[in-house]
Amino acid sequence: MSRVIYLDNNATTMAAPEVVEAMRPFWNERYGNPSSMHAFGGQVHRDVESARARVAELIGADPGEIVFTSCGSESDNMAIRGAVEAFGRRVNVITSRVEHPAVLGPCQELAEHGVTVQHIPVDAAGQLDLVRLGEALREGPAVVSVMWVNNETGVIFPMDEIAAMVHAAGGLLHTDAVQAAGKIMIDLQRVPVDLLSLSGHKLHAPKGVGVLYIRRGTRIKPLLLGGHQEENRRAGTENVPYIVGLGRACELARAHLDDLPRLAAMRDRLEQGLLATCPDSSVNGDRHRRVATTLNISFEYIEGEAILYSLSDVGICASSGSACSSGSLEPSHVLRAMGVPFTAVHGSIRFSLSRYTTDEEIDYTLAALPPIVKRLRAMSPFVPK
Amino acid sequence: MWEYTGKVLDHFRNPRNVGLLENPDGIGEVGSLACGDALKLTFKLGPDGRIADVKFQTFGCASAIASSSALTEMVKGKTLDEAAKITNQDIAEFLGGLPEQKMHCSVMGREALEAAIDNYRGGQGGKRVLAGKVVCNCFGVTEEEILRVVRENQLSTVEQVTHYTKAGGGCGKCKGDIQALLTRVAAEQLAAEQAAHARSPARKMTNLERIRLIEETLERNVRPALRQDGGDIQLVDVEGPRVRVALRGMCAGCQVSEFTLRDVVQSKLREFVNEDIVVEEAP
Ligand code: FES
Repeated sequence: MSRVIYLDNNATTMAAPEVVEAMRPFWNERYGNPSSMHAFGGQVHRDVESARARVAELIGADPGEIVFTSCGSESDNMAIRGAVEAFGRRVNVITSRVEHPAVLGPCQELAEHGVTVQHIPVDAAGQLDLVRLGEALREGPAVVSVMWVNNETGVIFPMDEIAAMVHAAGGLLHTDAVQAAGKIMIDLQRVPVDLLSLSGHKLHAPKGVGVLYIRRGTRIKPLLLGGHQEENRRAGTENVPYIVGLGRACELARAHLDDLPRLAAMRDRLEQGLLATCPDSSVNGDRHRRVATTLNISFEYIEGEAILYSLSDVGICASSGSACSSGSLEPSHVLRAMGVPFTAVHGSIRFSLSRYTTDEEIDYTLAALPPIVKRLRAMSPFVPK
Repeated sequence: MWEYTGKVLDHFRNPRNVGLLENPDGIGEVGSLACGDALKLTFKLGPDGRIADVKFQTFGCASAIASSSALTEMVKGKTLDEAAKITNQDIAEFLGGLPEQKMHCSVMGREALEAAIDNYRGGQGGKRVLAGKVVCNCFGVTEEEILRVVRENQLSTVEQVTHYTKAGGGCGKCKGDIQALLTRVAAEQLAAEQAAHARSPARKMTNLERIRLIEETLERNVRPALRQDGGDIQLVDVEGPRVRVALRGMCAGCQVSEFTLRDVVQSKLREFVNEDIVVEEAP
């Protein structure tokens, strides 16, 4: 394969060249331990703190509220389990039907240990049912975990409204913002969530580093015990090169927020082009409240994995909500929660762009996909005559 | 990405015999849109009674398309009796193997072929009718189908049954029933082996054969039940009639371990190996 057209940025992203450059000295030049009592380590401590400040700046937080973790999943686990434990487990958990497995997993585990967990449904556009959320909140004190942006559809939940509701009911709000950072403005001064998860590799930092934002005053029990790193909130020697990389990536993400209209235009061109050239296709998710970089589109009568392999043959990387490509036998829980018909779920393809996506790549995809859809449909027993 | 063989990718990229025959002699349809894959197979017989032409339409993943394409190549020129002998393993082998999680694609091929032959012979609609008790409601898989696939492919775990038939891959409620079917088949097979043994009573079992039979009995008749509860059993030693075993995981030190040992292990070994066996727990 000579050329790769990478339209799977919700799965992971390329580390930005500036990020790789920023990390470079921290392997064998500035390799000190930030906790050490010598100047060699002390300098590294300052580098970690400057990265912390840059992360905080991207989301409108105070640096003291940023805890570095190993990934988004760790942040989600730490937030949900840590918050519930801090309540001595005498608290309900409320989440949504469309969360990432990193949120659904710990919720399920808590449910198995007797904690009441409710999954709030979404409507056909993938928007959270706020009426049901309100009802659930009336049933007693709750730790609420709902994502800010959905990874499959790009749909944005109204986090300001949700935060107001949760706090009015005396609850605690965690949000998985892994797909939101760098794709929408996040200002935690204005939207007062209590806990927020970020992942490095979704915003052009490397894989293996994440963040949990913990609003000052929020009680949460740590997952990892040991040393005093991260102000006793997460033990373990800091992953310095990656943390430095993440700091630089957040700085870049902030500077590139201006790119979003350009990306939205590219995404819309892809969307409109495919809808026009591929009959019986439809877009999944709320088109009015959606991040600029995601397009989830269904092609009736054909199956996603077959589409992905055909795309891969011509160098295009995307992903699908079909059962076969999810590695399980059940298709996307997100699209099913939205009530998308099975025919459309199995043939759903997600394209996700980044600031490195070019107009030529969109053109190439617009030319490559319709013949693939046509070829697979010619084989399908379900295409109406 | 799945590890597909070159042959799978070739049949996916260049599928042979795509389409529908007009006025076919036999037509078979299996699967559904809801399940995520479906196959419609049509064939025509030549004057010599052999399959002269065959075409398929498939909705499904790359390996479903490849399995269908392979099937059409395999049946061409065969009589219906010959074609009816094709198993799902034959289809997988023709393709140089399939990832285990994708074996259900080969099973779908075999089922469509059967439905098409049935249709020719009995003149039915060609849609596979669900015969017998449905075990898995999520994917509409019957007891008969599961038993057949287990026997033909020598499956021993619920997970394998899911890979081959999809049964158990949805809500998971049917997993207990699938385990029961597996246990039933294992017991049948063991009984058949023992009957074969009994038919040659002249020779006494060698020590090695005896140990092997004990191992087999533990594997088939004891382990699955323990694993369900997160436990396991290991054979430690065999000394004449004394069989020493160790319990691992959840079973070790569990309240009912005494009961588990005497009641299950010993009775199974007595039943399948020898009347005089005494089971002891290794410290
Ligand atoms: S009944 Fe078999 S998986 Fe649901």
